[in-house]
Amino acid sequence: MTSHDPGGIGAGAEHDEPYRDTETNFDTGPRETDMPGGGLDEPVSVDVADVHPELADPDVVAEMVAPTRAVQADVGEPILRMQDVTLTFGGLTALDSVTFDIRRGEILGLIGPNGAGKTTCFNAMTGVYRPTSGNVLFDGAALGNRKRHQITQLGIARTFQNIRLFSEMTALENVVVGTDARHRTSVPGALLRSRRHRHEEREGMDRAMALLEFVGVGARATDKARNLSYGEQRRLEIARALATEPKLLCLDEPAAGFNPAEKESLMELIRHIRDDGYTVLLIEHDMRLVRGVTDRIVVLEFGRVIADGTPEQVTTNPAVIAAYLGVPDDATA
Amino acid sequence: MSETRTTPPTGTPASSKVADRPHGGLGDTLRLWWDALARPTQWLVGSPFIVFIALLPVLNLPVLTTVGTNFGAVMAQFGMYALIAIGLNVVVGQAGLLDLGYVGFYAVGAYTVAILTSPSSPWNQTGDGGWLSRDWAWLAALPIAVAITAMSGLILGSPTLRLRGDYLAIVTLGFGEIVRLLADNLDEVTGGGRGLSQVAYPRIGISEENTNGVFSAGASSGTLNSGVWWYWLSIVLILITLVAVGNLERSRVGRSWVAIREDEDAAEIMGVPTFRFKLWAFVIGASIGGVSGALYAGQVQFVNPTNFNVINSVLFLCAVVLGGQGNKLGVILGAFLIVYLPNFFLGRTELLGIPINGTEIAEFRYLFFGIALMVLMVFRPQGLIPVRQKLLAYGREIYLAARRTARKDAA
Repeated sequence: MTSHDPGGIGAGAEHDEPYRDTETNFDTGPRETDMPGGGLDEPVSVDVADVHPELADPDVVAEMVAPTRAVQADVGEPILRMQDVTLTFGGLTALDSVTFDIRRGEILGLIGPNGAGKTTCFNAMTGVYRPTSGNVLFDGAALGNRKRHQITQLGIARTFQNIRLFSEMTALENVVVGTDARHRTSVPGALLRSRRHRHEEREGMDRAMALLEFVGVGARATDKARNLSYGEQRRLEIARALATEPKLLCLDEPAAGFNPAEKESLMELIRHIRDDGYTVLLIEHDMRLVRGVTDRIVVLEFGRVIADGTPEQVTTNPAVIAAYLGVPDDATA
Repeated sequence: MSETRTTPPTGTPASSKVADRPHGGLGDTLRLWWDALARPTQWLVGSPFIVFIALLPVLNLPVLTTVGTNFGAVMAQFGMYALIAIGLNVVVGQAGLLDLGYVGFYAVGAYTVAILTSPSSPWNQTGDGGWLSRDWAWLAALPIAVAITAMSGLILGSPTLRLRGDYLAIVTLGFGEIVRLLADNLDEVTGGGRGLSQVAYPRIGISEENTNGVFSAGASSGTLNSGVWWYWLSIVLILITLVAVGNLERSRVGRSWVAIREDEDAAEIMGVPTFRFKLWAFVIGASIGGVSGALYAGQVQFVNPTNFNVINSVLFLCAVVLGGQGNKLGVILGAFLIVYLPNFFLGRTELLGIPINGTEIAEFRYLFFGIALMVLMVFRPQGLIPVRQKLLAYGREIYLAARRTARKDAA
């Protein structure tokens, strides 16, 4: 890819920071003269590594994945605090004075039987539901009446229990939509192709490709999201959520429907994400996975917190065993 | 609220499977080739094609020409419908907001020009003491018409875009009717059912033959009649619109629209300010409809409420769905078919040697369009030219990479 680099990305490869000074390479002239037409009868998938050779280096990927992340200096301080959160739907109390902290730099597991209120908890954190009473504090400030997209911009991102990708968009575009959460171009800028627009487009695309590589679906960049395999879709959701540059990443049953090998590599990915400086909240039923990856576990039952502690403490807690685990080593729950 | 833990079926994505052929057909080869071209090359390749399309009424090919109406006038109408289809495509095809009252914006655009420039309007600005010169009145009224339609889009959109799906469709349907009924009943301003006549048009190319210029409805004879000139004017406007809408598509805005169409809640949670971008889609769609309305008012030089029936909204929507929702070229093709086909049959007495009553066939056009839509929905629900979004400003690099990969595989 040396003789005819397709513009900025290839050109950026010569630099240490590929997405910094790409503006000058905007709209490269005709270069396709050496490419004969036709001959494209086979399905074409693009591996990001072909576009972005330096993405073979995990360090570059990690750096591009989280370029502007806050340095998590105060690891251990609460980043999100559920403060007496009660949520009722008519007569049904889905959350009953739920109080717990998520601390910076940790992987917190949220477990409990079906219907215990785990996803409702997520929804309260991401602004889908507003607490009937109590507060959700993020970074010290109450979420209050913020709209859902504003909460995302504050730094909470999530994936969905039942996959909700933009199925007609390519994998790459899905992730770029996530990066747009940090972009500011609106209609005037896009119409006039402003400098900022061009810069953001480049930055978004480069980072999206790095993210695809990071979660391991780099080879499917230009395939429609709905044509990806189930596991790839789950990973793509994680990439899309990471693209919003969250401080807190909430994963809602990311391993549902996975086989043991896939679960293993997902655990690896989640640890990797934490090591990159994100805080992770994980809802999961698979106790082996939860125990293997989390630093701390909160257990919900009937909308109440019945336990909060390290995996060892929680799994030996009699109340948890009675409510959820049954025999301690039962992984099926 | 209880959680429902759905066990997702492994391997199958949740969305419905529309026939999604792998890249391989002629269309895809063409598309891939085109997408890999640089912008300037695309213009170089595209220009002769555009010129050919523009010269169609002058060439007046025997296969294409119409019998009952002047071919130039048909093409002028096609130009207006094409603009409308592009505008409606932003709203319906891109952002996925079903708008059944789009004719309302078309009417607002047409009436703005008419009210400002028709001598029968109380607010006529072309007469003595008006601030519009007679010769340039139409051109000056065009941006005003666009601004006012954009505003009407904003006014309609801000309360209604909180609704979704069917509810939005019904509210917009109501809007279309409200505009028409207002035009019918505000006698003092709109002339009621009598309408407004002698609307301004660009007075250019005045000669012995055409004392009112080439855009005047009076210049109806010959190959270069007023219809052809209006067609050319609309082509210029269409090109400007296509570039603008294309720029939007390949930006954060276009991606947000598609994301909203695909899954509005997920889009919102991924940080897309959905309401703001839906409103933008509405306003942009409305403005383009306004441009088309202004063209209509200028060309026909007369507006009255019956031209803005709800059935027109449906016809516009038909053009978008027929051509391929979300695809700009597709919806232009759809607009062409909607305008051209009835006119093709109008006045024709024989086709391929078989005697037919063309006028009667043209009168049944709604029936035929209905049947055509049903057939399409069964066999090609994505439209004649289905969309393949290009939502990345630098997507060309990806296509180049795709070509490289393909060549590497071939080698």
